[in-house]
Amino acid sequence: MDPKHTALMTQRRQLLAAGALGGAALALPGSLRSAWAQAPITVGVIYVGPRDDFGYNQAHAEAAAQLKKVAGVKVVEEENVPETQAVQKTMQGMISQDGATLLFPTSFGYFDPHMLAIAAKNEKVRFSHCGGLWTQGKHPANTGSFFGYIDEAQYLNGVVAGHMSKSKKLGFVAAKPIPQVLRNINAFTLGARSVDPKITTNVIFTGDWAMPVKEAEATNAMADQGIDVFTMHVDGPKVVVETAARRGRMVCGYHASQAKLAPNAYLTGAEWNWLTAYTLIVDAARTGKPHPNFVRGGLKEGFVKSSPYGAMVGEAARKNAEDVRKKMMAGSFDIFVGEMKDNTGKVVIPKGKALKQTDLELESMNYLVEGVVGKA
Amino acid sequence: MNLRDTAESIALPMLALAGGLLLFGAFIWADGHDPVQAWTLLFRGAFGDAFSLQNSLQRAAPLMLTALCVALPARAGLTIIGGEGALVLGGLACAALPLALPLPGGSMGTAMLLAAAAIAGAAWIALAGWLRQWRGVNETISSLLLGYIAIALFKHIVEGALRDPASLNKPSTPPLAEALRIGSIGGTDVHWGLVFGVAACLLAAFWLGVTTHGFATRVVGGNPRAAQLVGLPATRLIVVACALGGAAAGVAGGIEVAAVHTAANASLIVGLGYTGILVSFVARHHPLAIIPVAILFGGFLAAGSLLQRRMGLPDASVQVLMGFCFVVILASEAARGRLRELFVLRRPPVGTAPAAATA
Repeated sequence: MDPKHTALMTQRRQLLAAGALGGAALALPGSLRSAWAQAPITVGVIYVGPRDDFGYNQAHAEAAAQLKKVAGVKVVEEENVPETQAVQKTMQGMISQDGATLLFPTSFGYFDPHMLAIAAKNEKVRFSHCGGLWTQGKHPANTGSFFGYIDEAQYLNGVVAGHMSKSKKLGFVAAKPIPQVLRNINAFTLGARSVDPKITTNVIFTGDWAMPVKEAEATNAMADQGIDVFTMHVDGPKVVVETAARRGRMVCGYHASQAKLAPNAYLTGAEWNWLTAYTLIVDAARTGKPHPNFVRGGLKEGFVKSSPYGAMVGEAARKNAEDVRKKMMAGSFDIFVGEMKDNTGKVVIPKGKALKQTDLELESMNYLVEGVVGKA
Repeated sequence: MNLRDTAESIALPMLALAGGLLLFGAFIWADGHDPVQAWTLLFRGAFGDAFSLQNSLQRAAPLMLTALCVALPARAGLTIIGGEGALVLGGLACAALPLALPLPGGSMGTAMLLAAAAIAGAAWIALAGWLRQWRGVNETISSLLLGYIAIALFKHIVEGALRDPASLNKPSTPPLAEALRIGSIGGTDVHWGLVFGVAACLLAAFWLGVTTHGFATRVVGGNPRAAQLVGLPATRLIVVACALGGAAAGVAGGIEVAAVHTAANASLIVGLGYTGILVSFVARHHPLAIIPVAILFGGFLAAGSLLQRRMGLPDASVQVLMGFCFVVILASEAARGRLRELFVLRRPPVGTAPAAATA
């Protein structure tokens, strides 16, 4: 293995361990600790869409709302900020007008070139980006990225969907064929096929993150084909959830809980739990610890979670999903295990090889696994 | 234009703007917020200090160019609303040129990038003008639909043939070389796109107001039948006006790529072309008026940012504000020529009957 990767992963484990301990404040001497712990901080959170989108942005806004309750933390927020010079101005404004010393730019497109440009001009300010691939030596030390292994929760979605589907045909409405999305489609399909290998997942790519009309069309088209359980990876899952429910189909949520939108159709969902990452990074800033540059975690670390099961989810499905969850929490479960073929029959993970969640190979996934109907 | 008309042209939109701000104040007061705080923040966020001013100017820069894409064809009598398509294709051409041929670094290379962007945008909007002149296709509809086609083409190429394999989760073209990028003006945060925007507006005003060709274009816009009767080549003038407008929007896309994004990707498609439509209409398709209107627009966007952060207002409140202001500005046109009446005590002029004076 590349030594750089090993170093990265060691660092990552340390970070996660530090997070589990509840921040390094504990490691400081008493008097100093109280001085640091009280250091007030202004944190800026930037969203690419509306804060109440029942999806990606809402998941962040919910964590930001929790963060506001922490004594000494002031949160300034801005929504609907496009990935243009507008976000650069917003970041700089939060720094020079509001005195923010830690920023959470939460959209993928904010990373390069926008966040990197502003970070170079403000070396004393910390930047923690959601989703980017921060690389040591390439990106400045006052920047970093955090993300969650939400494919674990999508795998559990798949297990539940696999039990609940009668037609054995599942549907996935996706934005773009990029690694993060493909990984979710694959995990969902693998979860379902662990229940019944005959299950297939149809995938439709809408082409962009927020395409409500196309999302509704895709859902309807797949419902017409007899697909009876849906999930998605788009910024706002509201349309897919509501359309599926209206068509009398079942649905697994994504990003945040959409249970309220369709209580009779909502099986479970893969949700972010960003408060864990936020707290880890804010604590480091308040206690003067080095900036956590590369933060990743899954179910075990509390970065992602599942929505509570809907009433219609049967006992067998719950038990199966909970068994897998236990193994994931114990760190003894790998989703991507060889021999694994893609949906053209090509072997993508050789026999005997199991990819850990931290494996960077997974961050450049470019295939759809066997059982997915669609083209990456 | 005499002095009184000029004074009115300035006073009318200013009064309308004040009216829009008042309405916005009432709106947020009804929502339980302090209007005085909002007005203060609006001013501070838009023009209050050096940072805010640069923020506003920076946001205004692309809007000047995309507004020209509406204004120039409008002066030739066409309603073109497909600037977004010209903008994305301009951005694409700018990002693709270095892949097609080796470019010299520095300003020469950048000029070639922007020329490619201008040609792509010009061709796209000229196509809408051509369709209308030769095939009788409504240019408003065709330019709008061509915009969708342009965006689809853009995505197809950026996420396909020209995709940089290193751009994993955000498909992009390979980044432009450092030497080809557009930097900031002096010690400011504003990039050179602002200079291009202002220069383009001034040039367009000069072309329309001073040159024979521009005059001929305005004649065609006023009455194409009459223009043809006096022997003006209406079709050619219309297509040229469309091409010039498209070139401006194409350059806007090129500048966004070369100064901001460094590569072509979906972040380019944020509606700058559509916002340009509004700017042009508020400026009554006058290139000189586009400059202050675009800056005002930039100011609203910049101030909206501060409004969100300080008062916790949703982003939509800025759109409400802009809606109020622009509706009032457009409606204020009805008062043109009668503004004095609002302020001057009505007195029947000597020697006329009172009934005639009030008619």
